[in-house]
Amino acid sequence: MTPPILSAINAGKVYPGGIEALRNANLTIAPGEFVCLIGASGCGKSTLLRMIAGFETVTSGQIVVRGKEVAGPGPDRGMVFQDYGLFPWLTVRKNIAFGPIARGKPKAGAMAVADRFVSMMGLDRFADSYPHQLSGGMKQRVAIGRVLANDARMALMDEPFGALDAMTREHLQEELLTIWRATGLTVVFVTHSLEEAIYLADRVVVMSPGPGRIVAEERIALERPRDVSSPEFNDIRRRLAALLHADHATEAA
Amino acid sequence: MSEAVEPLPAETAPVRIDATPLLRIVVPVLLLVGWWAETALHPGGLIPAPSEVGVALWDLAFGGINDDAFSQMLLPDLIASASRVYGAFVLAAAVALPLGMLIGRLRLVREMLEPTLQVLRPVPVTAWLPLSMIMFGIGPKSAFFLVALGSFFPILLNTIFAVRSVEPRLFEAAQMLGVSPARLFPKVVLPASLPGIFTGLRLGLGLAWVVIVVGEMTGVQTGLGAMIMDARQLSRTEIVIAGMAVIGVAGFLSDYAVLMLGRKLLAWSPRHG
Ligand SMILES: Nc1ncnc2c1ncn2[C@@H]1O[C@H](COP(=O)(O)OP(=O)(O)O)[C@@H](O)[C@H]1O
Ligand SMILES: [Mg+2]
Repeated sequence: MTPPILSAINAGKVYPGGIEALRNANLTIAPGEFVCLIGASGCGKSTLLRMIAGFETVTSGQIVVRGKEVAGPGPDRGMVFQDYGLFPWLTVRKNIAFGPIARGKPKAGAMAVADRFVSMMGLDRFADSYPHQLSGGMKQRVAIGRVLANDARMALMDEPFGALDAMTREHLQEELLTIWRATGLTVVFVTHSLEEAIYLADRVVVMSPGPGRIVAEERIALERPRDVSSPEFNDIRRRLAALLHADHATEAA
Repeated sequence: MSEAVEPLPAETAPVRIDATPLLRIVVPVLLLVGWWAETALHPGGLIPAPSEVGVALWDLAFGGINDDAFSQMLLPDLIASASRVYGAFVLAAAVALPLGMLIGRLRLVREMLEPTLQVLRPVPVTAWLPLSMIMFGIGPKSAFFLVALGSFFPILLNTIFAVRSVEPRLFEAAQMLGVSPARLFPKVVLPASLPGIFTGLRLGLGLAWVVIVVGEMTGVQTGLGAMIMDARQLSRTEIVIAGMAVIGVAGFLSDYAVLMLGRKLLAWSPRHG
């Protein structure tokens, strides 16, 4: 078996002020795997993702990426934020070239790379537009494109399609799968939509709050493209929904 | 502006008239008419008629009417004032921009300087006049200092605010793309705060025009402020008003040029583009 690209070992997070956002999270992800984290709001999904990204320190246990303990953000782990986080002063093309330039690639080479990903993300017509001129879906394409253009091994996506309308969301889910298949990228994808998780993931990780922890994992063996209305899909959905809600029930009790 | 005028259906309104220019001149025309009516009703009053101011303005610009100490002085006085305004503005910006960035980004500098600056800020430029003449003497240096002072605070405060209110998300985005902490300032803080800094510069330049008259109360011989002070002493109110009009128009044109520059340079910013 290939060594995991990521392992969280009893990883925990207590924020300054004492909120325990995550307790004893254990998670191993293989290279090229597509993993969805799902759970109610406040169960530590963003915290776990941000610890992997290196934006938050790990207060107990450890997170190891490609054999090294995470010590801070780095270009091997590209993040896609729900609110995009694009640089408003740069055009689409230059936003995508930002990473390669930041890492010291000569300007001309970086622009050539950017152009490739502008095309891959279907942004040719908008290459010279600024972020404020784009729709939400377009902005998220740019955000994904800049992570890909930067040779990230792993894409960390925090509810990336949560703010988009249903049509745009479906388009982007499809494109994300195509890109994932083509590039062998490892994806850790946070969502609160069970359907989205089952549609996308190789494996769904269920989390629950108070304190945040991982309560279950389910491997999704369905063939892609998946049919959200198939009985198999719905079986999985029912099972995971029960897990999510059972947990709410014990919370309330 | 023009969006406010609803276009009518084509059949009923074959020619659509853009009312914007009309809207813009309504108030100035009303003011002029009111002024003219007032002076026509009270001939011999202390306020000169618009026509007298017009004549004064002509004589200030081209001479040939009064041929006194004010004739043909408009251009030299305008140049003197404008060079003080821009010179003092550049000086103010040269100090306020780096200082504002330091105060905005470094806690140590902020704690050391902010209280002092907050106490100095409410002191009006006029109150500085006597002290300025003691420190810099009677004449242009003093004028320069006062105008620079007037211009300084808006630039400083807007710069501090701009570099402090950079969206934290942008730092995360830059770091996950490989920008080291030391490079965050040029790669993120500086470009992200340009619109705010630009607003400060625009306000600062505007204030430099506002305080030029006070600045030229320091006994300088040239400049629009000096001209207004001289005219006042000679009770030449029509020249006072002509001087006011010239300052107003010069300040407006200067601001307009800056605004256009901002639109060009900050096309990416929804606030400016
Ligand atoms: N920066 C922070 N400081 C303090 N508490 C935080 C911070 N970020 C998140 N939390 C808390 O940690 C818990 C988990 O939050 P989060 O990871 O954002 O959950 P999720 O993404 O699953 O909604 C919540 O109780 C939240 O209020
Ligand atoms: Mg979250």
